[in-house]
Amino acid sequence: MNLKEWIFTTDHKRVGVLYLIGSIAAFAVAGIMALLMRAELSTIGPTITANPTQYNVWLYTHGAVMILGFQIPALTGFFANFCIPLMIGAKDVAFPRVNALSVWLFYVGVILALLTFFIPDPPDVMWTGYPPYSTITTGNTAMYSFTVLILGFASIIGGVNFLTTVAYMRAPGLTLNKLNIFVWCTLAAFVLQLIFVPVLGTAVSLISMDKYLGTNFFDPTKGGDVLTYQNLFWFYSHPAVYVIFLPFIGVVYEIIAAHAKNMVFNYKMVVYGGVGGIVLLAGEVWVHHLYVSGMADWLRIGQMVTTLMISIPVGLMMIGLIGTLYKGSIAFTTPMLYALGVVFLFLIGGLTGIPLAVPSLTIGVSDTYYVVGHFHYVMAVAGTFAIFGGVYHWFPKMTGRMYNEFWGKLGFWITFVGVNIVFWIMMDVGVKGMPRRYYDYAHFPQFEGAHQWMTVGAAILAVGFTIAILNWILGAINGKPSGDNPWGSPSLEWSTVSPPPHGNWPSPPSVAEDWHPYGFKKG
Amino acid sequence: MKGKRMHETIRRAAAGLTALILTVPAWAAGGDKAAPATPDPARDWDHLWNEVILDITIIGILFAIVTAWFIWQARRRPGNEVGASVPLSPASAVGWVVIPIFVFLSIDLYTAANGWVLWNTFRDVPANRMEVKLEAGMYSWDYTYPNGVRTQNELVVPAGTPVVLRMTSRDTLHSHYIPDFRVKEDSMPGRITYLWFNPTKPGEHIVTCAEYCGVMHGYMAGRIIVKAPDEYAAWMKGEEIRLAAANAPEPAPAATKPTKPAKSAAKKT
Repeated sequence: MNLKEWIFTTDHKRVGVLYLIGSIAAFAVAGIMALLMRAELSTIGPTITANPTQYNVWLYTHGAVMILGFQIPALTGFFANFCIPLMIGAKDVAFPRVNALSVWLFYVGVILALLTFFIPDPPDVMWTGYPPYSTITTGNTAMYSFTVLILGFASIIGGVNFLTTVAYMRAPGLTLNKLNIFVWCTLAAFVLQLIFVPVLGTAVSLISMDKYLGTNFFDPTKGGDVLTYQNLFWFYSHPAVYVIFLPFIGVVYEIIAAHAKNMVFNYKMVVYGGVGGIVLLAGEVWVHHLYVSGMADWLRIGQMVTTLMISIPVGLMMIGLIGTLYKGSIAFTTPMLYALGVVFLFLIGGLTGIPLAVPSLTIGVSDTYYVVGHFHYVMAVAGTFAIFGGVYHWFPKMTGRMYNEFWGKLGFWITFVGVNIVFWIMMDVGVKGMPRRYYDYAHFPQFEGAHQWMTVGAAILAVGFTIAILNWILGAINGKPSGDNPWGSPSLEWSTVSPPPHGNWPSPPSVAEDWHPYGFKKG
Repeated sequence: MKGKRMHETIRRAAAGLTALILTVPAWAAGGDKAAPATPDPARDWDHLWNEVILDITIIGILFAIVTAWFIWQARRRPGNEVGASVPLSPASAVGWVVIPIFVFLSIDLYTAANGWVLWNTFRDVPANRMEVKLEAGMYSWDYTYPNGVRTQNELVVPAGTPVVLRMTSRDTLHSHYIPDFRVKEDSMPGRITYLWFNPTKPGEHIVTCAEYCGVMHGYMAGRIIVKAPDEYAAWMKGEEIRLAAANAPEPAPAATKPTKPAKSAAKKT
């Protein structure tokens, strides 16, 4: 293997693998931050650090890196790069060099985020960066702004690239209604990125201008307004949840269809009702992050209705998933376990989100551990399980080798148990009043036992994730040869050799009239 | 088999719609009716919260059981090497979109209607309220009573009188969160926000900051002390005398530290 070849690669599969390596590294770092926080919170008062700023830096890094350095790049970087050209029968993406630029920009962004640990005044502004704190802190808010801008830019040029690729480079005969669900989901996510990332870029640029250049966009004493930032921030960051949700549910569709060997239930409902509905609603619900921020009452009530209506497209997508399981032929492989895990975690996460759509109920639990538990179930853990399941699913295609099934399943079960210990208890103490972002909970001594259970759960889930990552590394080095199509899937990416050569196909593919990515046949 | 499932879906949709139709007039009527007693938002919150949690628990368990049963039924075994679903007819494909939309929409609107009623309870401040100004800062809650008495991190209120806090901040964002009263609202520089609560009986309630405000965010706490009305009156009398003494023109030393009397008073309670 030639290092220079990898650095200067424009092959979409290698770019994808580079995204995967970077995002898993980011995941490991941000995961260690979570473990440090859990260790700190295991007792009342200082436990492993006596410095609250240290804790806040872990908290900032955990949130910002998990979202911007792990989930979004793994889903819209790795999976999109690796799978989309293969799924549509293309030789590569439309702009391979731009693609290489986007992955290296992503690395610059991740390195900026990790420099947090080496600069004298690390950013401590949480991943939200709300002013006035972010403009008066001694922490380095510019690091935060530039990390967001660079990762956002990488994501935008990726979006342009993939929309063009799917529009112009599909194999002959591959009509829009024969695209994989994952392709639809990812395209929708890129549309959201293209619309909303510029808003986030504006918001984080303005706080740095306020802090370093003396402007007053968010300073009320000089005519600015504090709430404007929160609106701009969530105007992007709620759609960002769907930028994560859509590709991860797309991955889950691919896994469930392939391992149940079953047609996706009501394909057009999933694509036009589910994916389309989410794109339509994504931009009209951001105020549910501002239910206790002092927004106008009518806006809070109005977005309560739109937020509740998100249940319609999401519900249609869940019906599609469960309908795909119905009358299937389910093999309980490791990727399938992760996918089924997502179904159950997302069910818990989605339902616990219903009270949070209602401003009057949110008044009681906003900014508590209930919210933290909810969004970990619905997005953080469900998304991570989908990413892990997806890596297992396409592992044979990436490497031409098989991972170890026993360790894969063991890793899944350990993680699944750990996740439920941590986040179920977290929601429970949240309802009882435990606020989030606390370095110390001296005035809530009654929660110490629960905090200790959460710390135990975090340690358990760390063991599970570590087993999975080691399983991939060992499988890539000396796994058994997998063959080209171990899951027996008709989806196009499985029709080429594993791993696919540069250019993907020995001869350009075309699809027959009666072909469908989910048309599973006997034998 | 599928016909039966379809039938079940229709039945559930009808039940949901009926619930909605029954609720809307009740909710509309509720808005007009003058409340005889001071509402208790915390009690209403518990009521709606428990109802919603019960609903989502039932939905969740049903969904989980159905899914688990599908998974078990569809496990791969001899004779079941490939999935057996067939393409839907156009009519059932559309039905599987339209009917769920009505089911979900009816649940959504039912929840929204209930949530709106409770929202009005939380936002419509009763006429017999006591107004207290709150300035939040890194890291304290500074209260000012209508008569000018000031306290820090401790708000003493009479039982049975609704209290509204008119809030602002002198530095970063803060959020005045009283878990026992199920209420919080952010305070920020440049704007006045408000929240109100109804302390029904004497007791102590913790106040904690629920919006990240700085390094010591986790330590920003205070107390709300609810006293019986006569005890409250006695306490307020003492505070007024102290305030008058502090504001008296002659003895200059006390006037230089206006917050001190409030602080020492707080310690005594």
